[in-house]
Amino acid sequence: MRFDYQVIIDALPFLLDGLLLSFYLTAIAMVGGLALGTLLALMRTSGKLPLVWFAKLYVNFFRSLPLILVIFWFYFLVPLAIGRPVGSLYSALIAFTLFEAAYYSEIMRAGLNSVSRGQINAGLALGLTWRQNMQYVALPQAIRAMLPVLVTQAIILFQDTSLVYVVALRDFMTASSIVAVREGRLIELYLFAAVVYFIICFAGSMFVRSLQRRMVR
Amino acid sequence: MIEIDSINKWYGDFQVLKNCSLRVEKGEVVVVCGPSGSGKSTLIKCVNGLEPVDSGRITVNGMVVTDPSTRLPKVRAQIGMVFQHFELFPHKTALENLMLTQIKVLRRSRHEAERKAHQLLERVGLADQADKYPNALSGGQQQRVAIARALAMDPVAMLFDEPTSALDPEMISEVLDVMVELAREGMTMIVVTHEMGFARKVAQRVVFMDGGMIQEIAPTPVFFESPSSERAKLFLSKILSH
Repeated sequence: MRFDYQVIIDALPFLLDGLLLSFYLTAIAMVGGLALGTLLALMRTSGKLPLVWFAKLYVNFFRSLPLILVIFWFYFLVPLAIGRPVGSLYSALIAFTLFEAAYYSEIMRAGLNSVSRGQINAGLALGLTWRQNMQYVALPQAIRAMLPVLVTQAIILFQDTSLVYVVALRDFMTASSIVAVREGRLIELYLFAAVVYFIICFAGSMFVRSLQRRMVR
Repeated sequence: MIEIDSINKWYGDFQVLKNCSLRVEKGEVVVVCGPSGSGKSTLIKCVNGLEPVDSGRITVNGMVVTDPSTRLPKVRAQIGMVFQHFELFPHKTALENLMLTQIKVLRRSRHEAERKAHQLLERVGLADQADKYPNALSGGQQQRVAIARALAMDPVAMLFDEPTSALDPEMISEVLDVMVELAREGMTMIVVTHEMGFARKVAQRVVFMDGGMIQEIAPTPVFFESPSSERAKLFLSKILSH
């Protein structure tokens, strides 16, 4: 059996659409998940019991469920909650964002904990309110400290986007799979998919390493 | 200016402050000394409400710090504080360290804040370091920036929490010089320190603490010549003997 490049070339536009969907999901879930996760981390560190409990419950809830179940679940749940269908893309976006928020919140919490009590006191002593102190003193330092972990989480998220096949979305992995089966060219397509995933994720890891090196200085 | 009236504070079962009272007049410089763990740092952190008290009353410039309805950020903005470990914001340059709270708390314009910041850096002898990040500055320089940062808020009083304890010996004097100048200009200051030379030079009174209690409050010359408590005598003999 010969390695058939042509089948990959012919399928490129289709595969590219899949890749773009993967990037799109990753970008939205990362931004949304980071924003919501930061909010949860702030709740968790606020010392106000109802907020602390809510954040704890949220994080433990989502971390106890497999992502694929959450995706599935929101596909059926969101239309029930708002009374009209939202389509698989939006339900997947919501599921990813809410799910990632749990993980980002734990990362941001570790980041906030790494900011010393002395820094917090310095901000407060200068007259900053709690919110301002978080915004201008603690969070910038927390994000810096956690930048490599945040990027690593984004890489994991990018790989996880392949799970959207359960709600009939065509991400890069799913698109590759479809072509592979349709053309009967499993080896070509799955090799190609592996190479693409490897290049993207490896580039991400290199970026993390360069970030870490820069931060040690 | 600052009135501390019979405050008590516990950490769990351990009482860190026992019925402490102290009045500091406007323009007065008071040095607080005592062995480590005696509650000195805790005492001055209570003055701007960084540490809550369990009982007693503290007022600063007419504002009741210990009243739960008092807006603490407003009080703190008027009291400068300098920390043992400087606590400059590492993600901001020296200049930005001085500007941040002028803009966010006092609502000064960027331009005004920057002008004031340059003025104060000049005053502490660091005009040429304005654009450096804290980690590029020596300990002594960092502490002088920290003093300038506190002064940028135009405080009515300054609290110093062991400002020279984390410094290499050769950098202590550059920080003390700034503090002496500040004292001579009439700033109201409470200084927790072991620098007895500084105390002799500028303090009107010395407070000696031990075991969470204020053991003695005496005019500076009296404290050094004839401290009334045995513990103060012992403490002085230990730190002045070498």
